[in-house]
Amino acid sequence: MAQSITTLTSANFDETIGSSDTPILVDFWAEWCGPCKAIAPVLAEIATEQAGNITIAKLNVDDFGDIAMRFNVMSIPTLIVFNKGEVAKRLVGAVGKGKLLQELAEFLPNSH
Amino acid sequence: MAIHHKVLIIGSGPAGLTAAIYTARAGLLPLVIEGEPSSTSDQPGGQLMLTTEVENFPGFPEGIMGPELMTRCREQAARFGAEFITEKVTRVDFSSRPFRAWVRETEYSADSVIVSTGAQSLMLGLPEEPRLIGHGLSTCATCDGFFFRGQEIAVVGGGDSALEEAQFLTRFASKVHLIVRRDALRASKIMQERALANEKISIIWNSTVSKIHGDDKVAGVELTNTQTGATSELGVTGLFIAIGHRPNTDLFKGVLDMEDSGYLITKPGSTYTNIDGVFACGDVQDHTYRQAITAAGSGCMAALDSERWLEHQH
Repeated sequence: MAQSITTLTSANFDETIGSSDTPILVDFWAEWCGPCKAIAPVLAEIATEQAGNITIAKLNVDDFGDIAMRFNVMSIPTLIVFNKGEVAKRLVGAVGKGKLLQELAEFLPNSH
Repeated sequence: MAIHHKVLIIGSGPAGLTAAIYTARAGLLPLVIEGEPSSTSDQPGGQLMLTTEVENFPGFPEGIMGPELMTRCREQAARFGAEFITEKVTRVDFSSRPFRAWVRETEYSADSVIVSTGAQSLMLGLPEEPRLIGHGLSTCATCDGFFFRGQEIAVVGGGDSALEEAQFLTRFASKVHLIVRRDALRASKIMQERALANEKISIIWNSTVSKIHGDDKVAGVELTNTQTGATSELGVTGLFIAIGHRPNTDLFKGVLDMEDSGYLITKPGSTYTNIDGVFACGDVQDHTYRQAITAAGSGCMAALDSERWLEHQH
């Protein structure tokens, strides 16, 4: 079963980040951003394949600009990985699946 | 074992997708290795993926959004049986037939190859660029303009893309400085007129950006006058780069004939490269016209050249 991608809002952001048992990757995106659309399928695949290892979540910067500002997001897509509630990694710009998995390797179990 | 196709198309902008539509309709079941997501124009769909309204593509009197146009071209190719792989080719070997291309460890082979890898945005080449990209420095106005609401920002460049970006950014920014190397704009007349008429755009002539200030985000730029060498400071919180493109031909160095600038060389009036059976179309071989419609046109030429060439084999 495909694991769904968590949708974050101002109402659940802190709670979700703070209480996540796994590292959580937050995709800061917007409807009008082409590269954001291009990586959406990549993130969906990773959400399914890595279910239980990493949580994939998305935050619409149009709707929740205050949260984007809190994390100094000035370019989208920006992907921020939170581990135990702390910012553990930040990636700016769209990348392919191979490159993204490399960047996320430190958060994933060694499964080949 | 290599995965074999009659036609392999590398790249998926207007040129590659038009070649895919034509070869697919001809029953050649092309494989398109379309590239992978990126925030530069080196991505599936190509440069149009980073633009907004396309007003000059025939058939769309109201204009069409660049990404929408490319999505439609891709669907059209898929409808006739083109196959897509959303990866980047990592290596090619055109020294013997069938021609071969690899995506990391996976090998593909083809009787004929169409190269349509396009071009990507040039950066300024300043050491602070990698640190500040995504922190006020951007190559994608449509992605990042939103974050500069009410701020004073700058665009570097004097061509159509620079003017389009400047124009677009005035939706958000309080002021957009256009930093132009010469004392004239390269852009088309209609774009120039629009920019000059826009009160929010002010042009700084004969200048280049020599330094970008800021530790964790852009906090201004140093300009150098190209005539006098004098430096000055410009207080902006955002900097957008649109100074031109370079062809995506690193993959073909030493394999296909190219100009010093990296553009592939094709036989005049055709899409033939120096290797029989390998064709090139779109911006990767065109630094003169560089339009979506000319790219699409040459993509059609490459498809027909490839089709006819294949018929004469065996």
